Amino acid sequence: MTDWPVLSAVTFMPLVGVLLLLLTREDSAYGRRNILNVSLLTTIFTFLVSLYVWYQFDPSNPGFQMIEKREWLGAGISYHLGVDGISILFVPLTAFLMPFCVLASWVTIEKRLKEYMIAFLILETLMLGVFVSLDIILFYVFFEAGLIPMFIIIGVWGGKERVYASYKFFLYTLLGSVLMLLAMMAMYWQAGTTDITQLLAYQFPRQMQTWLWLAFFASFAVKMPMWPVHTWLPDAHVQAPTAGSVILAGILLKLGGYGFLRFSLPMFPLASDFFAPFVFTLSVIAIIYTSLVAMMQTDIKKLIAYSSVAHMGYVTMGTFAANVQGVQGAIFQMLSHGIVSGALFLCVGVVYDRLHTREIAAYGGLVNNMPKYAVAFMVFTMANVGLPGTSGFVGEVLTLVGAFRANTWVALFATSGVILSAAYALWLYRRVIFGALEKESLKALLDLSPREKLILYPLVILTIFFGVYPAPVFDATAASVDLLVNNYAAALQAAQDVALSVQ
Amino acid sequence: MTAETLIASLQLSMPELILAVGAMALLMIGVFSSERATPTVTGLAVAVLIIAGLWLVLKTGEGAAYGGAFLSDPFAKFMKVLALIGSITVMVMTVGHARSAQIDRFEFPVLLVLATLGMLLMISANDLISLYLSLELQSLALYVVAAINRDSVRSTEAGLKYFVLGALSSGMLLYGMSLVYGFTGHTGFDEIAAALTAEGRSLGLVFGLVFILAGLAFKISAVPFHMWTPDVYEGAPTPVTAFFAAGPKIAAISILVRIVINAFEPVVADWQQIVVFISIASMLLGSFAAIGQRNIKRLMAYSSIGHMGYALVGLAAGSMAGVRGVILYMLIYMVMTLGTFACILAMRRREGEHVEGIDDLAGLSQTNPFMATVLTILMFSLAGIPPLAGFFGKYFVFVAAIEAHLYALAIIGVLASVVGAYYYLRVIKVMWFEEPRGEFARTAGELRLVFGLSGLFVLGYVLIGGPLGSAAEAAARTFF
Repeated sequence: MTDWPVLSAVTFMPLVGVLLLLLTREDSAYGRRNILNVSLLTTIFTFLVSLYVWYQFDPSNPGFQMIEKREWLGAGISYHLGVDGISILFVPLTAFLMPFCVLASWVTIEKRLKEYMIAFLILETLMLGVFVSLDIILFYVFFEAGLIPMFIIIGVWGGKERVYASYKFFLYTLLGSVLMLLAMMAMYWQAGTTDITQLLAYQFPRQMQTWLWLAFFASFAVKMPMWPVHTWLPDAHVQAPTAGSVILAGILLKLGGYGFLRFSLPMFPLASDFFAPFVFTLSVIAIIYTSLVAMMQTDIKKLIAYSSVAHMGYVTMGTFAANVQGVQGAIFQMLSHGIVSGALFLCVGVVYDRLHTREIAAYGGLVNNMPKYAVAFMVFTMANVGLPGTSGFVGEVLTLVGAFRANTWVALFATSGVILSAAYALWLYRRVIFGALEKESLKALLDLSPREKLILYPLVILTIFFGVYPAPVFDATAASVDLLVNNYAAALQAAQDVALSVQ
Repeated sequence: MTAETLIASLQLSMPELILAVGAMALLMIGVFSSERATPTVTGLAVAVLIIAGLWLVLKTGEGAAYGGAFLSDPFAKFMKVLALIGSITVMVMTVGHARSAQIDRFEFPVLLVLATLGMLLMISANDLISLYLSLELQSLALYVVAAINRDSVRSTEAGLKYFVLGALSSGMLLYGMSLVYGFTGHTGFDEIAAALTAEGRSLGLVFGLVFILAGLAFKISAVPFHMWTPDVYEGAPTPVTAFFAAGPKIAAISILVRIVINAFEPVVADWQQIVVFISIASMLLGSFAAIGQRNIKRLMAYSSIGHMGYALVGLAAGSMAGVRGVILYMLIYMVMTLGTFACILAMRRREGEHVEGIDDLAGLSQTNPFMATVLTILMFSLAGIPPLAGFFGKYFVFVAAIEAHLYALAIIGVLASVVGAYYYLRVIKVMWFEEPRGEFARTAGELRLVFGLSGLFVLGYVLIGGPLGSAAEAAARTFF
């Protein structure tokens, strides 16, 4: 255990970078270089500190660790930070993806680089804050504040339809979240605290759980996004700059899944149990329907966006299966998807930078002149499909096992989604990479530059590493997941006993 | 009234006396000095307000004065400080703009001081008579100020409209007061409450209550008494609009809080439904009607209507948490509004012409990044997005509504805030996503100071929110 506030340090370190950036000037090539260096170093340092957090983390302790608590706004709201097995891994994941975002923006962002980097670093602080906060109001502040930089990123540096996409993103997610805010207030008056650790121990009445669950669901389902409230995601993904898509797919989508694991499941177990079939239905629809939709896309980014919705379906399914395999799988799937989908968007960025189009039809035969790119893209495609030996497989199979234990029909339908995902992903790969190199515009394309290699190769290694050796993840999460699942089962059992004794 | 009680009363109302005497003296200075007395008078007016404020904070005690008609308590002090800060800020902002906005007459600062005096008295009023007198003092000064640019048709129209509708609302207020007096036999708030507790309510009293609330709703421009707001906001010179948006709202909300929580506490069920209705209507209208606006002053008018609706959410709860929410909301609202109006005042083309269209802000993030950033922060805060101050304002009023089980009010309120976010986003969109169309002239130093400080407050609320929250809580405890 350390004395210094390591979680505050990792959360607010990017803001130090923001302060430094404010001192830089953008008007020369030299100034541009400075901005990039400052951003890159800040994100790398943050990543190193986040690794230190992971290193400090004691996996045998299922409770919260590295706790910091201070009075904040009065009225019970405190500045309370801490991590447990469920949240710990999202911290390094977030910090890990950020340097890649900076690298991916190295040459592609031509105007207003300084504001761009500031927005990204602020976004990093807010996302890290979501995962480490242990006070619902603090959580909400971080959760919701992330909309501001993302709105600006999509709107200023996005594609042609960026204004529409940024509005849709902002208002859609805001609408879901305000209901959650009211639910949080109701929890405060009911339990007399906004402290997550105490709320986890508090048992809300059954009737109230239903309403609270629905309010939280409104927020997390939009954020996740689940079918049918996923429509903002393809727009936002397609219009956002490459790094924006990476963050969106890699981290922001995980906030919803994390919310389910942190709030819905442990705090409202009776309602979660009651609504589980409903969530399963939506998840299965998401997996099958959005996979089919993905197949028909002509835009690469849109295709990956829909595949993200489908993969998030596995996460919700595993979460609400509420057994060890399901929850472990959901966490693993989120981490793996964070790496894989981020990497896929980076791959799209590589060819987009060269050709400035995302139309699948504009490509074909890239394997001939971009073999290294083809290999990297293949690894991520296979991970997206869930091929054994890649990280995508571990998460999918665990969530399916978890779902099978809860409901075999759900598992049956969800498994068919694996086949569909193979269909759209491989078809995409065939159309972009294979075939004859006929198009004139493609013939002059060069293979990966050193910068692009630096971006893609570490991700390839990680994807395969976690595919064959997922133990580091499970070691960290196991104790907390066990506790979560046991408490959940105990709460259901207790409610059942009460119901029986009344009869 | 003996000499001692008179002296005690005078001591309690010292800040008001300073303002009253100061206003007369300033008037004399203005009348007897040459044409160019305006800057001097403005400077002295600011000095008078600051002295009154310091006296209020440092030397004024607590207690009732003038036979209970005037009350100096923590709540009154807190709100008075707010009103004074609002007036001082607006006066500072007008310094550089008096000439171009055609308001460089020495009467202008004098009238503002008089209006401020009215506000302070109103905040302290504990009796129907003192309430009415102070309200009229404030309103009469404001009617003149709204029309002060007499060469402008819009300004004159604004003044006239404000006067006619204001007179109507004063009439309603008086009528309501007479009914309340008739059915309870008292004008003092405490006595009214005692009479209501003892005798219960009669139908006539409910009528009186409705009329009083209608009259006060006019002053805070709550729906359905909001019609004057957009026209007056748009027509009046911008510094005047800024003034309207800050101090008078604070005073009117304060007296509304005091009258319903103090005098009508026994009939909470009666006024609560009225406040809930007004609140919902204001939030909805403020959100939907603002969507189509092209003029930023009109936009701010609808925004202020909506914000009054949110402040009333806290009042509707009628609890300690609710009053704390209202106090914090007004504090945060005032800072945001003043900052925004400082930005609007800075919207001046190189040629010296003032512009008010939202589209005139196009590309501001490239031509003037500092102002664009501050205005962006303020807009997000007005929309209620964390971690900015506006979010916490909304949080504390809605948390009170949830405590009072006013779920429908809370749900409609937060949904309205999502609709409202749309038009605030439009301002941000224009500034950031569009290409510049002409630049603004260099921003005056005092405006930069005002919007800079306001932006800093909104951004830094997460750091200073704790002490501010305790101060508001102490002020709210006055009533409970």
